[in-house]
Amino acid sequence: MFSFIVRRLAVAVPTLLILIILSFMLMFAAPGGPFLSERPPPQQVLDNLNAKYGLDQPYLKQIFDYVVNVVFYFDFGPSFQYRDRTVNDVIAQGFPVTLTYGFWSFVVALIVGIGLGIAAAIKHNTWLDYLAVGVSIGAEMLPNFILAPILLLTFTLALGWLPGGGWNGGEWQYMVMPIIALSTSYMASIARITRASMIEVMNSNFIRTAKAKGLPMRTVIFRHALKPSLLPILSFIGPAFVAMVTGSFVVDSFFSTGGIGVFFVNAAFNRDYAVMMGLTILVGSMTIIFSLIVDILYAWIDPKIRY
Amino acid sequence: MTKLLEVEDLTVTFRTGDGDVNAVNGLSFDIDEGETLAIVGESGSGKSQTAFATMGLLARNGRASGQVRFDGTDLLSLSQAKMNKMRSEKVAMIFQDPMTSLNPYMRISDQMAEVLTLHKGLSKRDAIAEAARMLDAVRIPDARARITMYPHEFSGGMRQRIMIAMALLCQPRLLIADEPTTALDVTVQAQIMSLLGTIRDDFGTAVILITHDLGIVADFCDRTLVMYGGQIMEEGATTDVFAAPAHPYTKGLLRAVPRLDRDDDVLQTIAGEPPDMSRLPAGCPFSPRCDIVRPECTATRPAQEAFPPERRRACHAPLTEVTS
Repeated sequence: MFSFIVRRLAVAVPTLLILIILSFMLMFAAPGGPFLSERPPPQQVLDNLNAKYGLDQPYLKQIFDYVVNVVFYFDFGPSFQYRDRTVNDVIAQGFPVTLTYGFWSFVVALIVGIGLGIAAAIKHNTWLDYLAVGVSIGAEMLPNFILAPILLLTFTLALGWLPGGGWNGGEWQYMVMPIIALSTSYMASIARITRASMIEVMNSNFIRTAKAKGLPMRTVIFRHALKPSLLPILSFIGPAFVAMVTGSFVVDSFFSTGGIGVFFVNAAFNRDYAVMMGLTILVGSMTIIFSLIVDILYAWIDPKIRY
Repeated sequence: MTKLLEVEDLTVTFRTGDGDVNAVNGLSFDIDEGETLAIVGESGSGKSQTAFATMGLLARNGRASGQVRFDGTDLLSLSQAKMNKMRSEKVAMIFQDPMTSLNPYMRISDQMAEVLTLHKGLSKRDAIAEAARMLDAVRIPDARARITMYPHEFSGGMRQRIMIAMALLCQPRLLIADEPTTALDVTVQAQIMSLLGTIRDDFGTAVILITHDLGIVADFCDRTLVMYGGQIMEEGATTDVFAAPAHPYTKGLLRAVPRLDRDDDVLQTIAGEPPDMSRLPAGCPFSPRCDIVRPECTATRPAQEAFPPERRRACHAPLTEVTS
């Protein structure tokens, strides 16, 4: 197991390097630039700006410099858009926010999703099952840019229970709506996957054996059926976790939480190469780390998998 | 005198998209303490469903009616909690497919120990020690060390031994073995059957052996019950049934056993297909395949007819005509 983790981390390094180079090339292949606008500044100003940010350098040297800075100094460079801030500042400011509400969204999606899935599977083909399936399909289809304004209209405007936006250091009132908006569709997917796999597991021979042993239903479900039912969810929750903790443009915009979700999209619009690269690397390395964690979880659940 | 298990007029019905299907049709039989009974029949004859109904393990769309009395208690009307007390403690079951019948995600020790902690209130430690002793009894080599392994680390034959050991942990009075050797290769089959024989003799456990392998039945079982289309065709002491089958279906089954002492070029079969349980004929379920079928066979279901020595059968044809 230990050597497996070491090997996987060793592969992660070239993977990240390729990710950096490819995204760098893709970004530069896109037309436009960070300092272009409808009324372009004088050529002299443009030249100065390009020189300041190193954009006048040859293409390969730019990539090389960038990689060196990232790898050896952990420096993602200055933001092109926010003149007085570096990419490290942007991430340091926005990432804790998305990490917090993203993490809680993940917890909520996981607990509610699995609970709903199990309940539906056990009460297979009863009204509870139909209700859970109906709610899941509805929630999966409901885009969060619809859900977010509905939440705002209900809880802020109509009921006045929750603040309409802001973060305020992560007070819970400010987190409720972002969490609901972000977790709902994931929760629905997890519920659907859990239900399907739980139904399959409950019909398997070893569950029949467990029942024949005289175990109470609760034990049969939680000791015998739960673990194998969760296997199909594992491959889903790795990418889902990364997607959630790196935030959502919709959530950040509607609830003005100040997370990195909104920076990501703005950076793309403004050709803020440095911020884009920084966030891409952040998401990329988290994806690598969490797929490794998922693989370790697989080995923990399924004894047949040994690395 | 009450027998250990008395099944009376058992009917198992499944609700399906095409309407209700009876897998078992008014089945009655009993088994005494320490006795071995074979239930023989083709796939779909209802023999496994009889076992599942007894254990309360029917699929969700299945329903059993009639009575299944264990020591005088009707199992079909027990609450879930009381039925759970019966399982393992009084009646245990082993299954056809040992490869998938153990939980692949749990250690053998945990799977076996939970039976003892639940039913006997043993501590986990004592339960595992007891489980290891039982694995010794079913001749798992090096049981004390191997008990912490997972099912996939054992062969099919070993897994069936583990299933048997697990079923016997609480020393049940009745063991239902549903085709315990069907999924195993022949040499392993023989080992498992001799193990079951030893256990029956050592523990005095009554055994219901469900099988379609007549060779096993001849060696192993006191009594034989032949099922077809969810009904009893005939029943009697194994030696009597094999020596003088009293039902054309049994005759056909015995003829279909390949034999080395006869010079047959062609494998004998019973013509036709096993019955479609949703469209059973009005009369005897075997009538479409029977070679001595009579007009009344297709019209009315033959009644159970008892005849000496302690045998019974359900057939319209006169006994002398069948046995001759």
